[in-house]
Amino acid sequence: MIGLGHYLILSGILFSIGLVGVLRRKNLLMLFFATEIMLNAVNIAFAAISNHYHDMAGQMFAFFVIAVAASEVAVGLGLLVILYKKYGTLDLDAYTVMRG
Amino acid sequence: MVMIAFYFFAVLITLLFLVTVMSKNVLYAMTSLAAGMVLISGLFFILGADFLGAVQLIVYVGAVMALYSFAMMFFDMSKDVKEKNGSAATVFVLGGAIALMLVVVFSAPVIGQGVSSLYPEAAGATNPQAVGLVLFTKYLVPFEVAAVMLLVAMISGIILAGKKMDASLSTTEEEIPEMTQGGEK
Repeated sequence: MIGLGHYLILSGILFSIGLVGVLRRKNLLMLFFATEIMLNAVNIAFAAISNHYHDMAGQMFAFFVIAVAASEVAVGLGLLVILYKKYGTLDLDAYTVMRG
Repeated sequence: MVMIAFYFFAVLITLLFLVTVMSKNVLYAMTSLAAGMVLISGLFFILGADFLGAVQLIVYVGAVMALYSFAMMFFDMSKDVKEKNGSAATVFVLGGAIALMLVVVFSAPVIGQGVSSLYPEAAGATNPQAVGLVLFTKYLVPFEVAAVMLLVAMISGIILAGKKMDASLSTTEEEIPEMTQGGEK
């Protein structure tokens, strides 16, 4: 029988995968992908808890998370395009201005 | 049956997201991310959140991934991404420890039975009906705010990525000397 714990553990595993991606990636586009993984992991936890308590509030928060993720991607990709036009790369190490 | 479906989806999602995080090729990473999101909508359907699963398919797989693949036309992504990484063990221990801590923090009230239903599902309503009933009554103001936020994101996306519109932004290189000259006058 699949209970709430299974979904929370899966959500934790996926969140840690996303967190490892955020910590080890140096490419900005790959960092965005890792952020999406973390947002999706949280959405799974919201939906599972919403199902467990027969409560709609969890699904509502998942909807707003999706809306925030969509607008984040729209603004972030515009910024990435400008950065790529200026520096010619998406590597985070290339953006260091202060040497020391 | 539910158990088979859950483990099928869980293993596949974990493997696909691991490919996303570990792959050096941006195309592989993006494709596996899109596939993982499709399978996550399957988890939502198992959980009875039909409308959320449909929104996941339409917004994430349809809109967000299309936006990513559209933005990749601006970047040269045919080559593998070269990254200078520090020690991998530190990253894995840190990521795992922080995620474990978050799971414990958020599951503590659930285990303690201190949670009660705030907006219970309406009796006899299907999932989209229940979503609409709650979304347009209790969550109407956040819904409107989210609509305004999406509008702001759309306008800023147009201005940032537009061809001529970014001429006045201070991020472009040729604008910087003119601005300093203007300041000296």
